[in-house]
Amino acid sequence: MENELLIVQNFYAGFGRCNILKDINFTVYQNKITAIMGPSGCGKTTMIRCINRMHEFSPGATYSGKILLHGEDIYSMNPILVRRKIGMVFQRPNPFPTMSIYDNVISGFILNGIKLQKQEKDKIVINSLKKVGLWEEVKDSLHRRGTFLSGGQQQRLCIARALAMNPDVILLDEPTSSLDPKSTLMIEKLLEELKQTTTIIIVTHNTAQAARISDYVAFLYLGELIEYGATKKIFTAPEHKKTEEYLTGKFS
Amino acid sequence: MKNEEKKQNHNQEICHLNPDSEIFFRIRAFFRTQHSPADFVFRTILLFSGIMLFLLILSIFCSLIINSMPSIKAFGLKFFTGTVWDPVFEQFGALPFVAGTLLTSFIAIIITIPFSIAISIYLGEFSKSGAYSGLLKNSIDLLAGVPSVVYGFFGIFVIVPAVRYIQIRFNIAPYGVGILTASIVLSVMIIPFAASLGREIIEMIPSEIKQAAYALGSTRYEVVRHVIFPYAKSGLIAGILLALGRAIGETMAVTMVIGNSNMMPKTIFAPANTMASIIANEFTEAVSNLHLSSLIEIGVVLFIVTTIISIAGKIIIRKFAVHIS
Repeated sequence: MENELLIVQNFYAGFGRCNILKDINFTVYQNKITAIMGPSGCGKTTMIRCINRMHEFSPGATYSGKILLHGEDIYSMNPILVRRKIGMVFQRPNPFPTMSIYDNVISGFILNGIKLQKQEKDKIVINSLKKVGLWEEVKDSLHRRGTFLSGGQQQRLCIARALAMNPDVILLDEPTSSLDPKSTLMIEKLLEELKQTTTIIIVTHNTAQAARISDYVAFLYLGELIEYGATKKIFTAPEHKKTEEYLTGKFS
Repeated sequence: MKNEEKKQNHNQEICHLNPDSEIFFRIRAFFRTQHSPADFVFRTILLFSGIMLFLLILSIFCSLIINSMPSIKAFGLKFFTGTVWDPVFEQFGALPFVAGTLLTSFIAIIITIPFSIAISIYLGEFSKSGAYSGLLKNSIDLLAGVPSVVYGFFGIFVIVPAVRYIQIRFNIAPYGVGILTASIVLSVMIIPFAASLGREIIEMIPSEIKQAAYALGSTRYEVVRHVIFPYAKSGLIAGILLALGRAIGETMAVTMVIGNSNMMPKTIFAPANTMASIIANEFTEAVSNLHLSSLIEIGVVLFIVTTIISIAGKIIIRKFAVHIS
């Protein structure tokens, strides 16, 4: 049984007069990995930034349409609450350089001024780090700066930071594009484990990655959603000619 | 297929260009080394100018030391603990002026800190562009360029009456001029300096880190408090330290509003003198050798203190820049 978690309806977004996304419609299912793929500049990142309302921070940002989370339009909710429910991991690992590894994991609570008991904090830190497989690697250096870690570890720390807030959805914006193949593989494995407990939307320009890990794929081209459906179906029998051309490497 | 062909063509073009450009670079490099006489002359001129500047600093320092020798010999360390400054009996103790400088600079910095940090956060994070922030940025540059005599006039015509009003209200002898007045004028002078340094430092913070904080559901205030402020803290402190260096050395505006009293200041409302203002006031009237050399010794102290503060500030800022990259 697949539950609809997030529904994007007639969504338009852009900057100033320039429209980036045109009439996007798709549904994200609970406990699944949804990949958004497409060539550079097709609006993948804009799409994902609209889902947790980060798009609004860009100067001249415009948008219209609806994105429903549990049936409620996120654009009629408080953006700060939206961002707590929908976590985000960025292209380049960006742990807070002034905070320790420990503080980085609970930084969502620190930033939002939520006071926790020491035991609660410890529990959240241990759980989150265990989920991303970082616990064994950093358990002895929890109070060192997060920036001492390697790139792949930093990115997993960022995922742990997002998980600590216990979000409904986690958005990942090309999380492996700045990592080596080994770290990439590790993060892909991790995402497949994480979907047991959360819902993942991942932006990728790597079709092989989309094929490896996702359950559903959205193919964006020039700001339009060309095709959306189960990964197996799209990769074996795409309906649209453009999708086929993209998947076979005719353009990228 | 077409793409591949294009790529190959492109590669070939690069191969064709490469040898030519290499020769070109070698020729240019040849003229750039010492082989060229013109280059040798040019480099020597540059080097000479640099050495001149260094010698200048050294000679200023040496001439100050040599000329202050009579006073150093006569008073030794007592020069800094003596509270009597009496040119008639040739008694020179600089403590009142050291205290005057410390007090005025300290109060000025206290006033400066909240304003400069607020302005730098506003310009560096909240409103990076737009009509109002443009106006604010230009005003800051303008304020930083106003001659200090003009600030002195502003002090005499605006701050002095204001302070006098407060003194009357609190039943204190209404001099108007004094330490507090000088501190307020000083803070007006150094706020633009500290604020524009602070703005530059806050603008240097990578946006990725701020984005991460916003994506966790923080408000702007929370981002400023938990991300921007801890990150920029050392840089902001350095900016304030450099501003302090300016406040300590500032002469003209302070001399105009401090009241010129050689007594040890007892309250912040009392007229006093700073190290810089006593030199400006008495240098032309100093007739005896010892009087002159005592003033010069104060100059030595001023020179050393401002140098140390500006070097410390610059080291902190450099560390901050390394930390960011």
